[in-house]
Amino acid sequence: MIELQDISKSFGADVVALKHVSFTVAENEFFTLLGPSGCGKTTLLRIIAGFEFTDSGDVLLDGGDIAQLPPEKRPVNTVFQNYALFPHMNVLQNVAFGMEMRGIERVEAADSARRMLSQVMLDDFAERFPAQLSGGQQQRVALARALINRPRVLLLDEPLSALDFKLRKTMRIELKRLQRDTGITFIFVTHDQEEALALSDRIAVMRDGEVRQIGAPMDVYEKPADRFVADFIGETNFLAGRVEAGGGDGTGDGAGDSTGGDSSRVNSLRVTLGDGSTVTARSQNANAADLRGAVTLAIRPERVALSAAATPGGVAGAIDEVVYQGNTTRYQITLQSGDRIAALETNAAAATAQFAAGDRVGARFEPQSLWVLQE
Amino acid sequence: MKRLFNFNLPPLLSVGPAALFLTVFFIAPFAIIAVYSLMEADPFGGVRRAFSADAYIQFLFTRDWDGNLQFDLSYLNIFWRSFALAAGATVLCLAAAFPAAYYIATQPRRRRGLLLLLITVPFWANLLVRTYCWVLILRDSGLVNGWLIAFDLISTPLPLMYTDGAILVGLTYTYLPFMALPIYASLEKTDWRLIEASRDLYAGHRQTLARVVFPLARPGVIAGCIMVFIPSLGAFIAPSLLGGGRNLMIGSLIQLQFSSSRNWPFGAASALILLAFVLLLLYLWRRRSGRDGRDDGESIW
Amino acid sequence: MPGFGAWTWVFYIFLYLPLVILVVFSFNAGRSATVWSGFSLDWYARAFGNESIQRATVNSLIVAFSAMTAATVLALLAALALMRGRRFRGGTVFRVTLLAPLMIPEIVTAVATLTFFSALGMQLGLFNVFIAHTVFCIPFAYLPIAARLSNLDESLECAARDLYAGAWRAFRRVTLPLAMPGIAAGAMLAFIISLDDFVITLMVADAGSTTLPVYIFGMVRMGTSPEINAVSTALLAVTTVIIVFHYYLSNSAKNRP
Repeated sequence: MIELQDISKSFGADVVALKHVSFTVAENEFFTLLGPSGCGKTTLLRIIAGFEFTDSGDVLLDGGDIAQLPPEKRPVNTVFQNYALFPHMNVLQNVAFGMEMRGIERVEAADSARRMLSQVMLDDFAERFPAQLSGGQQQRVALARALINRPRVLLLDEPLSALDFKLRKTMRIELKRLQRDTGITFIFVTHDQEEALALSDRIAVMRDGEVRQIGAPMDVYEKPADRFVADFIGETNFLAGRVEAGGGDGTGDGAGDSTGGDSSRVNSLRVTLGDGSTVTARSQNANAADLRGAVTLAIRPERVALSAAATPGGVAGAIDEVVYQGNTTRYQITLQSGDRIAALETNAAAATAQFAAGDRVGARFEPQSLWVLQE
Repeated sequence: MKRLFNFNLPPLLSVGPAALFLTVFFIAPFAIIAVYSLMEADPFGGVRRAFSADAYIQFLFTRDWDGNLQFDLSYLNIFWRSFALAAGATVLCLAAAFPAAYYIATQPRRRRGLLLLLITVPFWANLLVRTYCWVLILRDSGLVNGWLIAFDLISTPLPLMYTDGAILVGLTYTYLPFMALPIYASLEKTDWRLIEASRDLYAGHRQTLARVVFPLARPGVIAGCIMVFIPSLGAFIAPSLLGGGRNLMIGSLIQLQFSSSRNWPFGAASALILLAFVLLLLYLWRRRSGRDGRDDGESIW
Repeated sequence: MPGFGAWTWVFYIFLYLPLVILVVFSFNAGRSATVWSGFSLDWYARAFGNESIQRATVNSLIVAFSAMTAATVLALLAALALMRGRRFRGGTVFRVTLLAPLMIPEIVTAVATLTFFSALGMQLGLFNVFIAHTVFCIPFAYLPIAARLSNLDESLECAARDLYAGAWRAFRRVTLPLAMPGIAAGAMLAFIISLDDFVITLMVADAGSTTLPVYIFGMVRMGTSPEINAVSTALLAVTTVIIVFHYYLSNSAKNRP
C-alpha cells in the first residue's frame, strides 16, 4: 500500500542519511523501523510525512507518487517523539485541529474530537492544556489528534521513549490495541529492540542509512542476516571458525524455515573452531556450499547448553563468572579455542546454580540456532 | 542545524524589507562618512567636493601660519584620555560588579529574580537621566558640597564637577549594569559543587576564587568588559555633562566637529578611527569566543 | 565568599542612591538640591505646563510608537527568515548588520546618519528621527523574537502542517501565537530604546523635532532647574514600568514550553 522505491537522501555535502532504501508496507500492517540513532530511520519517517524531500526515489501511496506533496496534502499523520502538542490550545482544540484545517465545521469537529477523546479514555480532560497533563496523557492526546483524521498511514516517531518504564509497557499494549481496532497502517520508529519485537508485524532493521534486514520479529531474531542485526537485536555470542575444503555438505535442510518469507534457502555447513573441534552450523547464503576459509558463527546465549566437562559432544571451556539474575542464571565462559561466550540458563525449578566459577564445562550449541554470518 | 521549509516566505518578503532598510539607512551612511572624511571642510558646515587627506593629517599635525606641518599631540591626547578613562571605568565596573554578580548567582531562585530585576531596570534606564543624577550630586551647589559646607567641613565648594574623576564616576555608574549582567549570566550556569569540590580539595576562599570561580566566569567577564569598554570609549553624555568643555573624550570631540567646530571631514575621520578600534576589538573577541565554542555576547538578552 | 554579601549591598546602594536623590528632590518644594523643604508637586505641574516640554513629549511619543512598530515588523520578518527559513547566501552578513547598531558607539552611528541626511538634503523633521531610531531599535526588537523562535520546538510547526494546515495557516495558528511573548518583549524594548534615545536624536533632530531627552539635555546645559528633576523622574518611571512588565513577561514565557 505504501511503497518506498530506492530512496536516497543526504544533508549537505557529506552527511548521507539514506542509501537506496526500498520496501513496501502492507495495508493494516504494524511496520517498525528499528536501528541505532543516526541510522536514518527518523529521516525516512520525515520523508513519508513530507517534512523532508528525497534526493532521489519515489514514495508511492496507493500507487500514486506523493514524494513532492507538502505534508498537509498527504493522508498521513504523525505522532511526534515529544508529542508536539500545541501548548496554547487545550486538548479538545488540539484534537480538533486537523479536522478544522480540512474545512470541517467547528461544531462537528469538536464532536468528533470528543468521541475520539473517549476512545483514548480522556473524556474528562478536554478543557485541560497540554502542560497540565501527565506524559502518558499527552501521549494519548497525540495519538487521538492523529487518529481522528483516519490517516491511510500513521507514523510514530519513538512515541514511547519519553515515558517511564512501567508506563511504556502499558502504552505498548494500548498502541497495539488501537492499531487493531482502527485497522490503520502504523509505521513505527524506535531504537528499542524489545519494543520492536513485541509490537511489530514486520521489522526493518536499519544501519547507516541502509536497510539490513526486513522480516517478522521471529525471523529477525532467529535468522539474523548479518553480524550487525545479530548484535543489535538481542544478545549474541560470536565465535571465529573456518570452513575447510569439503566442509559444506550442500544440503538445504529447510527445517524450521516455515516462517521465512523472504530469506533464501538454508544450508548446513561443517565449521572448525579454533581448538580443532567441529560444529554444524547453518547459513542463509545460497552459495554456502562454496564457502571456504574464515567465518563468524553466531549463537544466542540461551541456545548454549552447558554440561559437565566429561559429557561428550560439547566444546570444552571453563566458567569465568556466574551471575544469578532471578529467573535466569548467566555464565561467562572462555572456550578452549579462546572465544569468550555467555550462556543463559533458565531457572525453571528452585535450584542452586549448577556450576561455579572455575568449573570445566562442555558447551553445546543448538544446531538450528548456530548461524554462519555474512560479514 | 537542519532547516525546515516550514515557514518559507519568499526571501524578498522576509529578508528584503530589513535588508533594504538597513542598506539605505545604516550601511550607506557609513559609506558616505567614509567619503566625507576624504573631502575638504566647508567652514559653514558640510564639505566641499574636493579630495583632501587633511582630516587624517590633522590628527598628528597642525598647520602653522606659514602652512608648515607641525607635530601636535592634542588630538592624540584626547584619544589617549578616552582610552584611559574607558579602561578605568571598565576596571572599576569589574571590581564592583563581580562580587555582586557572584553573590546574586548563589542566592535562592526567588531572591535571585528580584536582585536581577534591580540590575535590569538601570540597565535599560535613560543614560542621560542617570548621568544627570551625578550632576545633582557633584556640582558646586550639589549634595556633596552642600552637606560638606553645612557641616562646616569646607567653606568653599570643592571642584568636583568638570574633572576626569567626575567623568570616571559617571561612566562607571552608567555602565555598571552592563558588567554585572553578563558575569551573572556566566556564573548562573555554574555547578556549585565545583566550589565545594575545590574547598574539599584544600583550596581556601581566595584560591577557590582565583582557580575555580574566575575561570568559570571568564566568558562573562570578557563580555562585560567589552560591553563597558566600547560604549565608554565612545561616550558622549558623561564627558559633556560631567567633563565640561575642557575635558573632552572622543565622543564629544566628534560631536563638536559636527556642531560648533564645523569640521565635518575631521569629525567623520575621527568617527571612522573610533569605529575601526571598536571593530578590531569586537573581531578579537568574536575570534576568541568562537574558539571557546561559546556565544557569550547574546546570552544575556 | 565572605564579604561578597555586604559588598552586594554597597553595589545596590551605589546603583540606586543617585536615582533616589533625583526622585526625592523632584518632590522638593524648594529649589535646592541639598535641603529638603517639604513635599510638593509644583515642579511636575510646572514641567507639564511648559509648552516646550509638552511638544517634546508629543514628539518623543510619536517617534517611539512609530519606530517601535517599524522595527518590530522588520525584526519579526528578519527573525523568521533567519530562524525558520531555508539558509540563504549572505545570511550571516545580514544578521551581523542587523545587530551592528548594538555594538557600534552611538555617536558614530549618529554622525553617520546626520551626514547621510545632509548629503541627501533630506529634511523631513520627525521623519528623519523616526528613520534613525528604527535602525537603532531593530536589534532590540530582533533579539527577544529570535530567542523565542529558537526556543520554539519546530516539531510544533511540523505538527500543524501534518494536520492539514498550509504554510500560512500553520504560521497564523501556531508560530505567531507562540512567538507572541517574544514579539511583545521586542516591541517593548524597541519602545523604551527609542523613548530614551538621546545621542542620535541630538545629532539628527532639527529644532522643530526635539524629543524629551534632547530637551532635558538642553535644560541641564543651561543650568539646573528642579523642573528637570520632575521630567527626568517621569521618564524614569515610564522606563521602569515597561521594564518590570517586560521582565515578568519574558520570565513567564521562559517557564512555559
